[in-house]
Order: sequence, then structure tokens, then C-alpha cells
Amino acid sequence: MKKVLMKGNEALAEGALIAGCRGFFGYPITPSSEIAEYMARKLPKIGGAFIQAESELAAINMIYGGSSTGTRVMTASSGPGISLKQEGISFISEAELPCLIVNVSRGGPGLGGIQPSQADYFQATRGGGHGDYRIIVLAPSSSQEMMDLAILAFELADKYRTPVMIMAEGTLGNLMEPVIVREAVTEFLDKPWATTGCVGRKPNVINTLHLSQEELEGRNRHLTEKYKMISKNEKRAESFLLDDAEIVVVAFGLLARIIKKSVMEARKKGVKAGLIRPVTLWPFPDEHIQAVSRTARTILSVEINMGQMVEDIRLAAGGKIPVEFYGRIGFTPNPEEITRQLLFIAEREGLL
Amino acid sequence: MKTVFKKPESLTDAKFHYCPGCSHGIIHRLIAECLDELKIREQTIGICPVGCSVLAYEYFNCDMLEAAHGRAPAIATAMKRLLPDRYLFTYQGDGDLASIGMGEIVHASLRGEKITVIFVNNTLYGMTGGQMAPTTLLGQVTTTSPYGRSKDWEGYPAKMAELLAQNEGSAYICRTAVNDPPNVVKTKRAIKKALQTQARGLGFSMVEVLSTCPTNWGLSPVEAMKWVEENMIPYYPLGEFKVKEE
Repeated sequence: MKKVLMKGNEALAEGALIAGCRGFFGYPITPSSEIAEYMARKLPKIGGAFIQAESELAAINMIYGGSSTGTRVMTASSGPGISLKQEGISFISEAELPCLIVNVSRGGPGLGGIQPSQADYFQATRGGGHGDYRIIVLAPSSSQEMMDLAILAFELADKYRTPVMIMAEGTLGNLMEPVIVREAVTEFLDKPWATTGCVGRKPNVINTLHLSQEELEGRNRHLTEKYKMISKNEKRAESFLLDDAEIVVVAFGLLARIIKKSVMEARKKGVKAGLIRPVTLWPFPDEHIQAVSRTARTILSVEINMGQMVEDIRLAAGGKIPVEFYGRIGFTPNPEEITRQLLFIAEREGLL
Repeated sequence: MKTVFKKPESLTDAKFHYCPGCSHGIIHRLIAECLDELKIREQTIGICPVGCSVLAYEYFNCDMLEAAHGRAPAIATAMKRLLPDRYLFTYQGDGDLASIGMGEIVHASLRGEKITVIFVNNTLYGMTGGQMAPTTLLGQVTTTSPYGRSKDWEGYPAKMAELLAQNEGSAYICRTAVNDPPNVVKTKRAIKKALQTQARGLGFSMVEVLSTCPTNWGLSPVEAMKWVEENMIPYYPLGEFKVKEE
């Protein structure tokens, strides 16, 4: 078991290589560029393809082409670049091409800033581009998870023939931590649908055009069934000190890890606090929310945005429990700031 | 009974949906004949555009992809890098290649991607109903240049073959037409040479084919062929613009 000190972005890139990724197509943007740089060094030495594309549009369409060959491929970018990729993500979703798309997030709207952010939650969890579709969205909280979820992402992408996004705050991409390097993945699914030249078989076609009403509705129904299956099978969340929790914080990413300390500090001061950390942002782990809606007094969503995931929490809670929101922009709040919020709510609710 | 003429194996049995007098059918057939004669149908992957030829994936009897508007060269790039022993061709119209896909085509050429581009120039957007394209000629009336394209208002038509021939990565760049039998023969020769350029790994190859759109030009098929000769060829001269031998 090899333990190595790695930046989150490098751990993710190495995870992708461990998963058998052999094509990276991307365009530089802070704070994601280390992923491209890592791949530029590694891929040519193991027979893979690395291209710095002329634009995000070209990069995501290289993913469309790369995935069509049956190869595991990925791209990485950040907010403004992910917006540009949405055309391609819509096409890739409809063509049912597996791939990994990484958003090492920065603040917006517009050019925004390069500080950590979770403001792309809506964009990621609602599909992002035109048409009816969803993509699986994974939110790591450590360098180790940057690696592990990259491996999982490729597995899920192939299993469901869908793009998978990893969304991480910029801080997580640049944070250095020890990582246990995983074993190389050796088992892969067959991809009889790939367009590799029709030697000895009928030609394959990869297409997203469906001009007849019946065909288009059929395609949409097929995708919807797939998304239901993903929702049923793939919800993931970490629960922390929930058994007797009266105030439950919901937070994802690196922020959630920091909030564990807030929860422990609040408990020292007599507040029965707990934490739910969604690992899949889509499908959203609503059963976890529903469970605490029956036992806790209030839920607090903490996000590095102006209130996005809080809407999914309210949908899941179904009005059974108050859901409050606390958000900051441009930095990750320190643990004390969130502890103060927990104490404020506890006092107001007479829980102290 | 002796067969003297038949459909190439590289075309399916599907009926073309193209308008009477449109050149897409001829160009499809020429590509298919080249794939047959080079015996590379099973090794070839084609990528079709958004535009009148959006359904070309139904016509070519090889692995096919349908691309987003203008992005076929990016798709072909990644596929060729991952499948270097396969033949990749894109089939693109003038709106697709010279307007929305200008970035993708120029950079595929600059990188010297070993792909073959068949660029069909009919001077306007056919499928959307005859709007102006980057290749619309000066003075030409379209639905979005209703007073005729002017150099002061819409600017000059794009000469893509000349533009791409300047790039070091381009190995074979040729412009042909399909307005008469000699030009049809020359077009086939150029397409074959472009595919052979790809086979030799020399770099990027493109054949720009001057094509007709009788429907949106408001001409009969025969008049449209004459229009190519009288109006298009003078501005878009035919010939090889780049031939790299090694």
C-alpha cells in the first residue's frame, strides 16, 4: 500500500489513469489546470492521447469522439469553461457516451473569481445544457476521494453509459494530502456500440438526431428510465453523528469536512448537532434527508453559494422540518463561523 | 446478364432525401466509390455535420457519427489519435465548416491531424432555408442578405482552401467542382488522393467541392450547374493548393 503526498488535482488525475483513462482533452483554466498538466506528462508515456484543444467546445467534442472509440476519456475545467462545454455534454448525454468531466469550481457569475466555490450546483445537478437529461455528479471532500471518486466515476459512466461529473472546490484541487494509491483497474465492460470501424460486423452509428415525434419521445423515455435506475442504485452520502442530532447540517465537498469540526465543537457546548455530506449531488441522497426530517428539529444547509442545494433539501424534507440556509462567497468559512450558527439556532429553538 | 454499373458497397440502400439537382448525392457516391476502391470501408469512420447532409449517417455503409454543428474536426481528431490505424473523414457544409466550425477546422489543420475533410460549398445554408453563409458570393441574394451581399455590410466570402493551404499541418488541399462530368472525375481523383494522404500519415487533407443548391438559388438543376461555372469558379478557382509529398 503506497501512500503519497498529492495535490487534489493530481490525485484525481492519477485516479483516472488507474481507472484506465487513456484520453485527456482540455483547455487551461484556473484552478483546474494541474489536471491537464499531469495528464500531459503521463499520457504520452503510456500510449494515451493528450490534446490541449483550441477551445472548451473543441475539448468536449474531442470527448464525444474519444468516448465513441470505446476508450475511457476525460476533460477538466472550471465554471466558465464548464458553461462552454454544455453543448457537448447535452450531445454526449443523448448519445449515451461514458466519460468523466471535472469541474474544479470557481466563483461566478461571469468571470467571477478563482476562489473556491459551490455555485455551479444548479448547473451540474440539472443537466446543464439543453434538453431533458441528468448527469451523475460526485462531490469529493479530500485528496483521497479525488482519486477514489475518479475511479468510481469511470465505473459508473461505463455501467450507465452516461457522463459523470466530479465537482470539487478549487481549494480541494490545490490542497496537498497523503493519498493511498489504489491498484490499477483491470476489468472493463465490453462496448459493442463503439465506432471503431465495422470489421466483421454491421456499421455502428452514434447519433443524437431524432426527427419523428415517436422516436424522440421514445429516446426521452429511455433516458428517463435510466435516470430512475441511477437514482435507485447510486445515491451516496456520509452520515456523521446523526443518531441523536437535533440540528442537522447538510454540506458537501471540502466544506463538509471542515464542518465536522463545527459539529464536534457545538456538541462540546451542549448542542446535539450532526452532519449529512452528500457524495452524489445527483442523484441527491433524499432518503438521508427524509430520515432526519422525522427525528431532528431543524436542518441547516451550508454552501459556498447563495442557496442552491437547499432547494433539493427542502424538496426531500417535504415541509416536515424547517430548512435554513447559510452561505458565503469566495472562501471556505472556518469551523468557528459555522459553530456560531449552530449555537445561534440552538439558542433560538430552546435546545440548549 | 453482365452488371456494368452498381451501387458502391460503401453506400446503404437508403434513398437520399436530397432535392433534385443537389450535388450531395454525387459527392456521397464519389466518397463511397473511393472507399470501395481503396478497400477501406470497414476501416473507415465518417462524421457528418449539421446541415442538409445531417442524415449522411444513414447513407454511408461504415461506422458513422453525427456531430454537433461545426465540431466534426474535433471529434475526428480525438478518434484518429485513439485509433491511428483507422481512416477518419468528416463531411461538412459551408455554414458548418467555415462559420460556426471555423475554430475546429483551422486548428485541426494547424495540428496536422491525419484526417480527411470533404467540404461541400454551395454558398449558403441550405437546410435552414437559404440564409447567407461565409461563402456567399458578393452581390448574391439570400434570405439574410436580401439586398445582395456587400463588402461593406457583410464583408467578403471565405476562401477556405486557400486559407487552410497556408498551414504547415495541411498536407493535401484541393478545390474541385461537380458541375460537369470532367469535374466529377477530378473530384473523385482528389478525394482518393486525400484519403491516400491520410494513409501515408502526411497530415491534414481537405477537398473543397463546389456544389449546387437549386432550391435555395431559385434555379433549375441545369441552370444551377451553369451558375457554378459562371459565378462560383471565377471566385473559387479550382485546383490543388497544397500537395505535401513527405
